Amino acid sequence: MPEEMKVGCARPMGGPVGEQQAEEQPETGGETGQETRREERAMVKVGRKAPDFVAPAYHKGKFVTVKLSEYFGKWIVLCFYPGDFTFV
Amino acid sequence: MSVDSVFVHKMWNDVELSKMVSGGIPFAMLSDAAGRVGSLYDVYDIDAGVETRGRFIIDPDGIIQGYEVLTPPVGRNVMESLRQIQAFQLVRQSKGTEATPSGWKPGKPTLKPGPDLVGRVWEHWKTSMAFD
Repeated sequence: MPEEMKVGCARPMGGPVGEQQAEEQPETGGETGQETRREERAMVKVGRKAPDFVAPAYHKGKFVTVKLSEYFGKWIVLCFYPGDFTFV
Repeated sequence: MSVDSVFVHKMWNDVELSKMVSGGIPFAMLSDAAGRVGSLYDVYDIDAGVETRGRFIIDPDGIIQGYEVLTPPVGRNVMESLRQIQAFQLVRQSKGTEATPSGWKPGKPTLKPGPDLVGRVWEHWKTSMAFD
């Protein structure tokens, strides 16, 4: 389950977990590098494993760190949206 | 999940959303400050600096069963997301022996794919069933 986190002035950061982290490394350039990137971009497909990540979150009065894979075993709906206090 | 900080999530929940949903938002509101997770899921709009309206259904094995991505001005249909989850759950429970045709919702007949069904779907499924 999500762990409660200490809140400081620095903005907490999350990001990819596991193999996808390779994507963060600078490209070495050339054909090979581009092909690698294309393969990694193709990670999100129906029938394929959901890429794991950690992210800071607000949940019922607490600031916590959420890791997607901790929810495997249940059905998950993951929603992205443009911004808080927007209209839709 | 949006690019807003957890502090803004708290304020949005406390100031506005808790007036729409009694007791506030029951699920975790995730923060993706630099759009790194959104980029991973291919829903981050790098020009606008925000996530587009992506919705992913992930099964208990961690497999993405479906997704939908909308541009910001059009909202999602929650009932359609629930219907899709119910359909995926039925298929999973049947261990793939049943499939849900177009227009399926709970209580409506499923299809049982196999040699006997080839060329005979018309006997089990009518076009009107896509719309009722």
